[in-house]
Amino acid sequence: MSSPSAVQFQHVKKQYGELEALKGISFEVEEGSFFGLLGPNGAGKSTLISTMAGLVTPSSGQVKVHGFDVIDDYRETRRILGLVPQELISDPFFSIRELLVLQSGYFGLRGAVQSAWIDELLERLALADKANENTNALSGGMKRRVLIAMALVHKPKVLVLDEPTAGVDVDLRRTLWEFTKELHQQGHTIILTTHYLEEAEGLCEKVAIMQKGEVKALDTTATLLSRHNYRYLRVSLSEPAQSLIKPLQSRLVEKEPNGLVFKLEKTASMSELLSWLHESRLKVTDVSSRDVSLEEVFLDLTGEGKS
Amino acid sequence: MNSRWLGCWALFIKEIRRFYSVVVQTVFAPVVATLLYLLVFGQVLETQIETYSGLTYSQFLIPGLVMMAILQNAFSNTSSSLIQSKMHGNLTFVLLSPISSFELYIAFVAAAIVRGLAVGVGILVVGVLGFDLTWNAPGWVLVFAVLSAAMMGGLGMIAGILSDKYDQLAAFQNFIIMPLTFLSGVFYSIHALPGMWQQVSQFNPFFYMVDGFRYGFFGQSDVSVYLSLAVTVFFLVIISAINLILLRKGVKIRE
Repeated sequence: MSSPSAVQFQHVKKQYGELEALKGISFEVEEGSFFGLLGPNGAGKSTLISTMAGLVTPSSGQVKVHGFDVIDDYRETRRILGLVPQELISDPFFSIRELLVLQSGYFGLRGAVQSAWIDELLERLALADKANENTNALSGGMKRRVLIAMALVHKPKVLVLDEPTAGVDVDLRRTLWEFTKELHQQGHTIILTTHYLEEAEGLCEKVAIMQKGEVKALDTTATLLSRHNYRYLRVSLSEPAQSLIKPLQSRLVEKEPNGLVFKLEKTASMSELLSWLHESRLKVTDVSSRDVSLEEVFLDLTGEGKS
Repeated sequence: MNSRWLGCWALFIKEIRRFYSVVVQTVFAPVVATLLYLLVFGQVLETQIETYSGLTYSQFLIPGLVMMAILQNAFSNTSSSLIQSKMHGNLTFVLLSPISSFELYIAFVAAAIVRGLAVGVGILVVGVLGFDLTWNAPGWVLVFAVLSAAMMGGLGMIAGILSDKYDQLAAFQNFIIMPLTFLSGVFYSIHALPGMWQQVSQFNPFFYMVDGFRYGFFGQSDVSVYLSLAVTVFFLVIISAINLILLRKGVKIRE
């Protein structure tokens, strides 16, 4: 039963009538890793995540969490897994603290140690001053914090965050990532879906990019970025460009009011580039380069950026 | 307590606290509404309807009204809790926990029994104090109260699981539960009905719950108390089985 993988997806398919939401997904998330699941809307990310939590039953295939089958061994997998769902949830009958105590109870947890953990969660997620308020009275950001606290109430080894920063302010986003990084450092496996690719790039060690129910790419973030063998060069100009010689024309990706952006192979030499700029008689005031971002890799793989 | 049953217990407590937080609506209001039936029907029909020998109509009516209130409130508890949880999304919290389908069912139904009995006791207190109601066999009273509340709690769960909106639940309540409870012999003995209607009444499972419950008070009933017990248990088993199938398949609560 033991496995070095935190989560294993084996040929997971999910069919909704004619729609094939998941087309035989197979991959593993290593224990203790910070894993990003990216993809455009409708890619199947939330469906895949829900199969882990038992909220969606796969049409075929198997999902294992720490070696336990999510259907046959659901009690074990649900104790290991904490899910922060994408949709905001409320309960008009109970305060935040009461909800956390009740949720602890569902996992058979109670007593002084659990109370102290609930207090810590309330404190860490800046909910302490709202602990006795009803969730209906909370803002969207506050409800999101409550969902995170609910997911952590049983100290799960694997924390799954489905778009946790959607619609939340910068302050909460920072608080959330600090807390998540700390959990990761303590050995928790974190699985994250997000539309903010900068976040994924900064946080995730490994990334899967999904599209239309399939995994288009799966690798470490560094490998995914390095696999794209080009970089961007921004050339600032004091006067608008009149004409460009052919090598520059083919590499031009963006015209800005005071400059041009070129996409260059990493092997292209800088001196060659400078000579092309000179030949095009451009009045260059500055040149800066940057590597490809995860967002650009994502757009390349999914074709989302193509008009 | 085993950690499995701790989860079930926590859910049961949550369901109790849910209806207790709106106790005026969930307990006091049904007690008052049912007592109004007693006041109006008891007064108007006191001399009009023939019941068992030695009983006034009001005395005859009270157990029927108590059972009607138990049935309706047990149904309301599970059905409204489930549909509210679905609408607000907080059912997800339970679904993400290690609570099994069976434990979830037990917790919801047990809370429905508590609410049904709370309303029933409220009405009975008035009956005992104000109408000199006697107890022939309190054991039967308790057995029928608990089994009937469990059956209706289970039926409420089915309605709550299958309904997507309050409108569908209201239709279930108004077009199925309400007519069946009103036509179950709450207000009359079926022996007072014409022959065909006596036979039709015997196809109504709620009739056996009312009749068995009434037997516990008066030692008299329209049909054998054992037949009533068998029918009540039969329906409880069927409804429990349907619930467990729906919950295990995740119909309308998991995808």
